[in-house]
Amino acid sequence: MDIFIQQIINGLVLGSIYALVALGYTMVYGILGLINFAHGEVVMIGALTALTAIGVLVPAGLPGPVVVLAGLLIAIPVCMAVGFAIERVAYRPLRNAPRLAPLITAIGMSIVLQQLAMIAWGRNYHTFPALLPALPHRVMGAAITDLQIIIVVTAALLMAALLWLITRTRLGRAMRATAESPSVARLMGVDVDRVIAFTFVLGSALAAVAGVMVAANYSIAHYAMGFMLGLKAFTAAVLGGIGNVGGAMLGGLLLGVIESLGAGYIGDLTGGFLGSHYQDVFAFFVLILVLVFRPSGLMGEKVAERA
Amino acid sequence: MNPVAPKLRAHLGIALIGVALAVLPFVVGATFGNSWVRIVDFALLYVMLALGLNIVVGFAGLLDLGYIAFYAVGAYLYALLSSPHLALAFPAVFASAPDLPFWLVLPLGALVAGLFGVMLGAPTLKLRGDYLAIVTLGFGEIIRIFLNNLNAPLNLTNGPQGINNIAPARIAGHALSRPLELFGAQIPSVTLYYYFFLALTLLVIFVCVRLQDSRLGRAWVAIREDEVAARACGINTRNVKLLAFGLGATFGGVAGGLFAGFQGFVSPESFGLLESIMVLCMVVLGGMGNIAGVILGAVLLALLPEVLRWGAAPLQQALFGSVPVDPETLRLLLFGIALVLVMRLRPAGLWPSALRRRELAAHADGSAP
Repeated sequence: MDIFIQQIINGLVLGSIYALVALGYTMVYGILGLINFAHGEVVMIGALTALTAIGVLVPAGLPGPVVVLAGLLIAIPVCMAVGFAIERVAYRPLRNAPRLAPLITAIGMSIVLQQLAMIAWGRNYHTFPALLPALPHRVMGAAITDLQIIIVVTAALLMAALLWLITRTRLGRAMRATAESPSVARLMGVDVDRVIAFTFVLGSALAAVAGVMVAANYSIAHYAMGFMLGLKAFTAAVLGGIGNVGGAMLGGLLLGVIESLGAGYIGDLTGGFLGSHYQDVFAFFVLILVLVFRPSGLMGEKVAERA
Repeated sequence: MNPVAPKLRAHLGIALIGVALAVLPFVVGATFGNSWVRIVDFALLYVMLALGLNIVVGFAGLLDLGYIAFYAVGAYLYALLSSPHLALAFPAVFASAPDLPFWLVLPLGALVAGLFGVMLGAPTLKLRGDYLAIVTLGFGEIIRIFLNNLNAPLNLTNGPQGINNIAPARIAGHALSRPLELFGAQIPSVTLYYYFFLALTLLVIFVCVRLQDSRLGRAWVAIREDEVAARACGINTRNVKLLAFGLGATFGGVAGGLFAGFQGFVSPESFGLLESIMVLCMVVLGGMGNIAGVILGAVLLALLPEVLRWGAAPLQQALFGSVPVDPETLRLLLFGIALVLVMRLRPAGLWPSALRRRELAAHADGSAP
């Protein structure tokens, strides 16, 4: 039983990270109707930038949490700039092109960013120094560390702030209007180009935070980490209903729990035939099942077919 | 002007290309060495792969990011049926290595890959384009993860080490891995493979050209242009799309089987996402939907890494005194940049099909996509 609770806790921690990344996918999809393939790389760049900054700051002798926060504050603007650049280079020039075109440029951007990161940071794994208190607390027979609590609470706060931004502010209203219909939004005086750019920047800022969380959680980061993470976060977004902000959060948490339970029990379920190294496969099965049986996701509306 | 002249010129052109292709391995082998003939062999494999993917992406307009999975299926099936691996892993079931004839194993691999294509297509083809891209990408990764991990508890794929000692292609009793004595001259193995691959590539090209002009080919184009309208015209869109997936996968399976026999060794490493993207690059760069363009793209991109390996490191050494960017990274970087630039500047590819060009011109006019 305590293993079950432990897996749930691990799943929720993982899930809150997925949710943060999934928000980036779902916001862009909601507005442009496109999958931002390069989003996973933004997460990777966030993690590695923060690690580099932390590596510089550690010898200064500041307390651990301050160093991590400083690393985060450096990673966020870097990621925002990357997100802005992705929109400028890969999406804006192709806004009226056939649907395949921006998808392909996004894949191209993803490869370019990954290879640039490889040149900048090398092929090695970078370890995240133990700066945050990692003492486990006992909860119903399972252990939860301070780091895990920080991750879940930060993610929850950020999501609450995002919901507030989208539902209560002028900018949020402009975003929703653009998602509804860009041309009508433009007639109502919304600067659509700016809203789209802002959406990318906002998603990238969340990705930066998620990147630091992943690095801290697994205490490791490297240049190819973004791809798998991005795919899973996208799955989370689809699971929740792509284009739906609440759905991305729900989908992220659910996927995290499914993955962690799946990896924990697959050995028992298949009589030892398949082991926990199949963890990465679950996300894809969830993705395929959702797309086949409920393409609109858990919270999404029915998507009309686009010609 | 004499009306026969253009036809004659066309025949002459074909004859010239034929002669050039026939002497190519000897010229390349004599000037650059046999390792470059080997590279040309690989380029031919990539041409087959790219033409297969072109059916799915170029003709039917379905973005498939996991195409390499079918190549992997073809390669592993060939590897399992033509190597001692099964006999070593399951001595109780297989008394000796399954020694099936080459001409049976290759079509079998194609068939199984085609089945995988239909299996993947059946549940996913009602999805819209970008969802399909993600699902196929996921499928490709699933196949790779399974190949990587199916070595325990039953050792099916031998995991990351891969399967080796794969029997080579065998034609008329002669294994292509050994040089052939002909009229006192010795034809090296890579050249034999070259002719074999060339023959199959020509067959694939022929099938593609015939498909393009067939009723099915026109149905694919109709679906690519407007699925709703295609359905309204009485096209059974589901079956036609499934056929595109199945046929594309079949070609991938053939290329995979040939790859396994040629290389004598397969491992999951050869079937990663980047390979899928590389084949996609060939199709996109060359000109989606245009067979000649796709061939051009495949040849260019298959040769690029070798050219980089040969040229980039010395160049960097001369410029910077060290090699800051290794050729592999440079290759991928160039791929990524090429994808972005081609889509922005020449969205129909280097050698576009006439139809694509018209279609994109219409988009540029500002008419609704």
